[in-house]
Amino acid sequence: MRFSMLPQVVAQLFKKPFTNTFPAKYTPSSTTQFMKDVTNGTVQIHPPVATPERFRGKIRYDKDTCIGCKLCIKVCPSEAIEFKEAEKKIKIFLARCTFCSQCNDICPVSCLSMSDEFLLADTDKYSKDLIVE
Amino acid sequence: MSQTTKTTYQLPIGPIHPALKEPVAFQFEIDGERIVDVSVALGHVHRGIEWAGTKRNPIQVLYLAERICGICSYCHPMAFSLAVERIAHIEVPEHAQYLRVIHGELERICSHILWAGVAAHEIGFDSVLFLTWEIREKLLDLTEYLTGNRVTKGITMIGGVRRDITPDMYPKIRETLEYLKGHFEKLRHVFLDDKTFIMRSKGCGILTKEDALQLAAVGPTARASGVKKDVRLDQGYFAYGDLDFDYVTPDVLTGEVNGDVYDRIIVRLLEVKQSISLIEQCLEQMPSGPIVSEPKVAKLLAKLKTANGEGIGRMEAPRGEVFHYVKMNANEHVYSWKVRAPTYSNILPWIPMLKEQQIADIPIVAASTDPCMSCTNRVLMVEHKQTKTFDKEALHQRCVEKTRRLHL
Repeated sequence: MRFSMLPQVVAQLFKKPFTNTFPAKYTPSSTTQFMKDVTNGTVQIHPPVATPERFRGKIRYDKDTCIGCKLCIKVCPSEAIEFKEAEKKIKIFLARCTFCSQCNDICPVSCLSMSDEFLLADTDKYSKDLIVE
Repeated sequence: MSQTTKTTYQLPIGPIHPALKEPVAFQFEIDGERIVDVSVALGHVHRGIEWAGTKRNPIQVLYLAERICGICSYCHPMAFSLAVERIAHIEVPEHAQYLRVIHGELERICSHILWAGVAAHEIGFDSVLFLTWEIREKLLDLTEYLTGNRVTKGITMIGGVRRDITPDMYPKIRETLEYLKGHFEKLRHVFLDDKTFIMRSKGCGILTKEDALQLAAVGPTARASGVKKDVRLDQGYFAYGDLDFDYVTPDVLTGEVNGDVYDRIIVRLLEVKQSISLIEQCLEQMPSGPIVSEPKVAKLLAKLKTANGEGIGRMEAPRGEVFHYVKMNANEHVYSWKVRAPTYSNILPWIPMLKEQQIADIPIVAASTDPCMSCTNRVLMVEHKQTKTFDKEALHQRCVEKTRRLHL
């Protein structure tokens, strides 16, 4: 058989593209301007593919229930968690976090959980969005 | 008139080469278009993972092992955990054994489909690349649904797995498997009947059965040469002993074994089909029960702190047998850890495969063993200026010395 892919390729011309055009259908001429417009609400972001249940995204930390037992620090594979001696609370650096949720599993009071937020790109690894405390 | 003499010439390819995505350096001796001899140099992407492992406790190492390879992100931590379970005498519940098979087979399907796309790309058939990766995308969605992430699954736990597959998740799994079965026929037709594929892969990169045995090839590369070698059947770990499957060799489909690239395509495609059947069998036979032997991670950590001894973990990764050696000496951290990725065994078979081939066949022949260089690199040559040759005796002596050093 010579052109076994041809029917598939021709059919593809009339199909909806499989790729989700996130965050915009076409690359904006100015990304900075696009981000500004999104913040102002003049332009809508094309939504990303929805994450499934129990997706491991940005960590949520309930500071009040935390008892400062340091178990999460012990299992964190990337050493992303810092202990604040004065307060007996923790500080998580998401720039180092590998999103394995091992700290969630070991927490005796379940003060850590995973949210579905995954848009965490930033130019500064110590920015406010990337530190959970 | 001066006499012209024909000589061979040297052609270096790599360490950076657009066709081979990972760094590996080849030195070819070429006569016209024909490859006369080849030598392979490795060691460009050594990351010191084993050393980093000795600074961490076994649970932290699981996630480090996951990052040895992006495609085998399940079998490396699993092999490590098999070794640790052996040291600490941890019994894995039966339900977890079946779950481990499901995740392992899902990874095998993802890996083989990805490889099929890369192989098509190497011979310049990019429309097939997009067809295979569209299928893979569905599988990654399923992986994300079952484990919480697309690539680094984080599903392994010493003594079991971290997430259960409950009956309400079966429809989604079955739906994806049906989708895959529907598209499998399309893939089979494109890969095995298309003239382009047949012309480029038949009779190309032949590895004979004798060579495969002598050079200790593993996984689909060995099976495509007719060597019946599969850790899942030879060792029967996890729940594989309860499942019905057999060695995949190309003669199942064509009735003959050539050991060429075409046979390697057949083996991988048939293994995709086999993995679908294995997952279905698991879903039918899976008994209920706990998913992990010790649900309290802190307790498990305390138990591992007292573990003393050495253990090995062997399992069949998509590319072949992966081997982990772990030694623990009743300390918080792992004392020693050695990884042998399947590609390590599949490097020497490259030499007989590449000999007598043409220059244009180098990418597809090299890609046909599904190499993964970063997983393989275990040595970093700091002083590369002088070349040293170790014979068998010298290597054996070094091996003995290292064992003694570990047992101090």
